[in-house]
Amino acid sequence: MFYRENGQFKTHYSADQQIFPIRQDRVVILALLAFAFVVVPFVASEYVFRALLIPFLILSLAALGLNILVGYCGQISLGTGGFMAVGAYAAYNFLVRIDGMPLIVAILLGGVCATVFGVLFGVPSLRIKGLYLAVATLAAQFFADWAFLRIKWLTNNSSSGSVGVGELSAFGWTIDSPAERYLFCLGFVAVFALLAKNLVRSHIGREWMAIRDMDVAAAVIGIRPVYAKLTAFAVSSFIVGVAGALWGFVYLGAWEPAAFNIDRSFQLLFMVIIGGLGSIMGSFFGAAFIVIIPILLDNVPMMIGVPLDTALASHMTFMIFGALIVFFLIAEPHGLARLWSVGKEKLRLWPFPH
Amino acid sequence: MGAFLETLIGGLMTGMLYSLVALGFVLIFKASGVFNFAQGAMVLFAALAMARFATWIPKFTGLESKLLANLLAFIVALLVMILVAWLVERLVLGKLVNQEGITLLMATLGISYFMDGFGQTVFGSDIYKLDIGMPKEPMFLLDKMFQGGILVNQEDLVATVIAAALVALLSAFFQYTGTGRALRAVADDHQAAQSIGIPLNRIWVIVWSVAGFVALVAGIIWGSKLGVQFSLSLVALKALPVVILGGLTSVPGAIIGGLIIGVGEKLSEVYIGPRFGGGIEIWFAYVLALIFLLVRPQGLFGEKIIDRV
Repeated sequence: MFYRENGQFKTHYSADQQIFPIRQDRVVILALLAFAFVVVPFVASEYVFRALLIPFLILSLAALGLNILVGYCGQISLGTGGFMAVGAYAAYNFLVRIDGMPLIVAILLGGVCATVFGVLFGVPSLRIKGLYLAVATLAAQFFADWAFLRIKWLTNNSSSGSVGVGELSAFGWTIDSPAERYLFCLGFVAVFALLAKNLVRSHIGREWMAIRDMDVAAAVIGIRPVYAKLTAFAVSSFIVGVAGALWGFVYLGAWEPAAFNIDRSFQLLFMVIIGGLGSIMGSFFGAAFIVIIPILLDNVPMMIGVPLDTALASHMTFMIFGALIVFFLIAEPHGLARLWSVGKEKLRLWPFPH
Repeated sequence: MGAFLETLIGGLMTGMLYSLVALGFVLIFKASGVFNFAQGAMVLFAALAMARFATWIPKFTGLESKLLANLLAFIVALLVMILVAWLVERLVLGKLVNQEGITLLMATLGISYFMDGFGQTVFGSDIYKLDIGMPKEPMFLLDKMFQGGILVNQEDLVATVIAAALVALLSAFFQYTGTGRALRAVADDHQAAQSIGIPLNRIWVIVWSVAGFVALVAGIIWGSKLGVQFSLSLVALKALPVVILGGLTSVPGAIIGGLIIGVGEKLSEVYIGPRFGGGIEIWFAYVLALIFLLVRPQGLFGEKIIDRV
């Protein structure tokens, strides 16, 4: 009744080509953004910011980056944690070594370094495909883990690669309280999500999808695999690198290479797959799912009055998490984004389905 | 020269142990097209079961003989692994037929999380000793030719022999038995195999059981070497480059790949490592496999990947 597009006539090209062609979508997205920017900072508690919202935002940014590579271009990567680490440490170096380096520029430069690293480890994708590539990208992960642990120059001579940043400020605005940190991340996420949404429906986005669906056929119709694959690696690792820098700077504050280990890579891949491959929205759903589940699992036994000892609780978390993932893959192999679009289809016909 | 040979032999033996884990990957991938990330968790789970039952059985039955207790524990652990295989097929893979490789890979990751948690809940999460009477003393070879000879771990030597025997056994199983032939048929073409009456589900249970058996052997050998603990499941990460280097579908590839990675890792650590600050073991194998794949994208013995439109 409320969600249908009849009566919305497109009378010029720009109306036909806008990002959200259906008016209701535009309204909902704008309302959501307004809610996130204006209402949430006032109502959420400090715990919610620290434990839920900030990690959710940053990890959805990283998942968004990974989704471009895996979901849109079909190149499976298990080295995402490594790309995040490069972004974080590069941004740290820019910030610490260069006097008067603005925070945002440092974070973006961190992303640029991650891009270079990503393209370097993306080159094998021109030859190696599928699961072979997935395992090969682990090289990036382990190399990054090792480099930040052992090469002193990369971590500004700090011991065992543990570094920290002090006060954060951008444009004279000191980012201090959890709400401010949240807003800072939200700004990045909103801009990048919009850019990504726009990018995947452009010329280059369609090239990625052609490569994903069948790379030989794509090459035959004149899409350059080298260009398409490497741009996907570049864009993806740029976003992932920025997310890594935010993770280090805004969420952790002080970190060591283990913050970006292989578990992080797996976690991000879970987000992308549970959220939905090839869907910008899906990255957010997946991130929300993966962030919320462990917190729920930690708190539920306490709430229902069955306190468990920590070791057992952490093992149980592992078990339930694993089981849930398997369950979701079986119940909806195309991810939560698919449920979302099914819901939208249903809503179109509601309340008079055929 | 002596030091070089010692490193070389050490590498070969470590490589053989990697092959043992890699074998599990290859078996499952061959038969069901699933890249089984849970192999590491299976190794840990099997080793935990073995270690715990080896102490529980004498405690409850009052068995005196250590050999008998170990043997019983081995059988129980094997039964547990077969049960795991059956459950995996029933609850997970059977419901994910025809899904994409990446979805299946994620499902096995979920299984591995589950098994890590479940194993440690049931069997405990301390470090357990697993004593199956492996000889521990080092041995010196060729001490006539080199000063001091070449130090070889007897334990590793036994492990190598076991691994080699296991490979021979599996090859014979695949080559000469009816079930083995059915397994190869399924590996070749699921649909064709099904159409001539090979029951896919039973084949999958069998192949996961065999992989469980391999995991158990690998777990016992690694466990008696390092102690049964959580880090055992990380050994699987070392086996991944072995698998892709050798080719995902080739049993001999897993062995040769393991040897190459083992030797490469040890030699690089000793001869190149110090220049980079050491510890390059953790990524060297991957980079080696990566560079190798650039030349041969299907690995050493993998089936040639043919692209059709």
